[in-house]
Amino acid sequence: MNNLFVQYLWLIPAFPLAASLLILFLARTRPMAAGVAISGQVCALILAVVAFGWSIQAPGWRGVYNFTWFTFGETAVRIGCLLDPLTAVMVVMIALVSLCIFIFSVGYMAEDKNFARFFAYLSFFSATMLGLVIANSLLSLFVCWELVGLASYLLIGFWIEKPSAAAAAKKAFITTRIGDIGFFVGLLWLYGTCGTVLFYDNGSGCLEPKGLVLLGSSATWVALLIFCGAIGKSGQFPLHVWLPDAMEGPTPVSALIHAATMVAAGVFLVARVYRIFSFGMVQGVTAALTVVVWIGVITALIGAFIALGQSDIKRILAYSTVSQLGLMMVSLGVGGVAAGIIHLLAHGFFKALLFLDSGSVIHGCRNEQDIRKMGGLRRLMPVTFAAYGVGMMALSGVPLLFSGAWTKEEILSATQSWHGSVLPYYLMLLGVFLTALYMTRQMMFVFFGSCRTASKDAHESPKIMTVPLLVLAACVVLFSFVLTPAWPWLERYLTGESATLDLGKLIQPILIVSLVLVAGGIAAGVWIYRGAGEIDPLEQWMPALFGFFERKMWIDELYDHSILAWSLAVARGMAWLDRQVVDGSIRLVGAIAQRFAALTLVCDEEGINHGFDGSCGLTRQLGSRLSVWHSGQIQNYLRAISLGVLALIIVYLWLL
Amino acid sequence: MPVVSFFLIISATLFCIGLMATLTRRHAIFILIGIELMLAAANLNFIVFWRYDSQPHDHPAGILITLFAIAIAAAETAVGLALVIAVYRHYRTTQVNSLDQLKG
Repeated sequence: MNNLFVQYLWLIPAFPLAASLLILFLARTRPMAAGVAISGQVCALILAVVAFGWSIQAPGWRGVYNFTWFTFGETAVRIGCLLDPLTAVMVVMIALVSLCIFIFSVGYMAEDKNFARFFAYLSFFSATMLGLVIANSLLSLFVCWELVGLASYLLIGFWIEKPSAAAAAKKAFITTRIGDIGFFVGLLWLYGTCGTVLFYDNGSGCLEPKGLVLLGSSATWVALLIFCGAIGKSGQFPLHVWLPDAMEGPTPVSALIHAATMVAAGVFLVARVYRIFSFGMVQGVTAALTVVVWIGVITALIGAFIALGQSDIKRILAYSTVSQLGLMMVSLGVGGVAAGIIHLLAHGFFKALLFLDSGSVIHGCRNEQDIRKMGGLRRLMPVTFAAYGVGMMALSGVPLLFSGAWTKEEILSATQSWHGSVLPYYLMLLGVFLTALYMTRQMMFVFFGSCRTASKDAHESPKIMTVPLLVLAACVVLFSFVLTPAWPWLERYLTGESATLDLGKLIQPILIVSLVLVAGGIAAGVWIYRGAGEIDPLEQWMPALFGFFERKMWIDELYDHSILAWSLAVARGMAWLDRQVVDGSIRLVGAIAQRFAALTLVCDEEGINHGFDGSCGLTRQLGSRLSVWHSGQIQNYLRAISLGVLALIIVYLWLL
Repeated sequence: MPVVSFFLIISATLFCIGLMATLTRRHAIFILIGIELMLAAANLNFIVFWRYDSQPHDHPAGILITLFAIAIAAAETAVGLALVIAVYRHYRTTQVNSLDQLKG
């Protein structure tokens, strides 16, 4: 194993981090901030591509470089860098998507007064995300994980003057924290049983056979606790509520963090520690993986249904992201790790594309986000429309040319062959249908039909925004060439095998099923939403069901009335207890002390002070009485002496 | 030669006059004079008891002590007068009843 390059792998996140600090402290002007951020990202991308090139030298190659971070008593905490196919594809995807989004942001944020701060945060996010994927220790992964959460918090609340943005940032931070508690406990448990949190360490890491044997039966619990973190970060049911609210941030942020990269961190985490999840596998099924599958299925369907009832262009995409992340989780759960990861990569590209495109639409419609007020944009914004079409078809899974179709097909075939249950497969087919339906609905509202209020004077976005769109669209299409069943190079690369070209495998039976469903979804969408006005046809047809979807299945309200209400009640009870019991006892002690002090005061005033004053006064009175005799007249004294002597003489004579 | 008691009565009378002057006069000079009278009475007593001794001419003790006392009285009077002058300069008076700064 040649670890020469792996030693310097930390340079990949170091460049954006340095850029972030540079912008925060030195380069505050607009051109400098954008220049520094983009050049940092370009350096990271070049290194990422080199890393990728390094890792394809042999199938299944893995490079590890560990070092001691600090020594605590006799325990040395070691962290390190890891370069394996999973890391390599992730760094390339993150660096590339980030770069496109950085360039797009130069145009999108051009009029924002906090332009430099925005780029500092974006670079910081990019650095932490790259740090997360190269980590060879669950500890450093966790640190980056939390920093990614911080970056997300800062960027959702970037327009801090909007109360809804501040609330959304807080909600995102707290909701993901709930999952992270589980992750942290899992991390501690893992350290407690394995004695190490390094993934690979020459045979003694926690993902290597020795570590897994040490873990034994607690593997399921550790896996589920770590999965809690993934649920929070990847917006899985029941912690998905923060992700749609996170769309309060600027659109490039939504594209980068809440669609393409950060939310994929949960999926990446599960894939990274997959060996813990699959430890003790019987016919491809373990308890932990079954939980992953069902959480994924529920999330995928909830997301897809809610997306049907939303009218904010970004919220539709947000719920679509929730749904797609659920799909990836299903894939991981049924054993299709490589399929899940390639869907993650493909999703990263096309979701970033869709979000940036929606940013372009919002920009063109003067910050209007309601799709019912748009319409007819295909003539006014042709480039945006074309790019959106590519993204939409990739997301829906239109076969042959678009990457999303191939990855989805891989996931479906993995789900089909799962031994746990057949239900997830059929539910996933329903998900595919719904995805095509809600994306068609969005296309119909935004780009087709007649111009409505917001789209009357829409205009195409500037070059700096459309070029990244076209680059991403090209990536979405070109990416599909390494994904097809005929030459599944990327999938084989991830599983550590080499791929061969076989055109005969291009058309699989599942492709036909998928094609039928997607075509059905698109056709249904076109039929339902043709000539849609400002009112949703589904709303007219089934107001109750639509309302249910529009209100996000009442999940937020459910949380408000259950968990939030309970914690509020407990807090009130505690406040009462504090005020009445704790404060009361303190007041009682205070009152006792006051009474005692009053008593002491009386003793002091009446006893000691008056006694002393009294004796002083007596002495003084006596003195003033006696001082009368002291007349100062010497003759008086002499008279007294004379009388005394006379008296003594008389006594003397009388005694004789 | 008259009896000894005659001289003693004169001496006692002189002493009483001096004492009364010292105790009652308000003027500092008169008090000094009173003191001188009392000293004179005491000197007279020395002389009388010396003169009426059985062998008075064997030793000159009475005369010597008297002369000695006169010399001391002269010095004492000088000091007294100096005090009176100092008091007068300070208080502009020689009336002893107005010198009551030691009054309690």
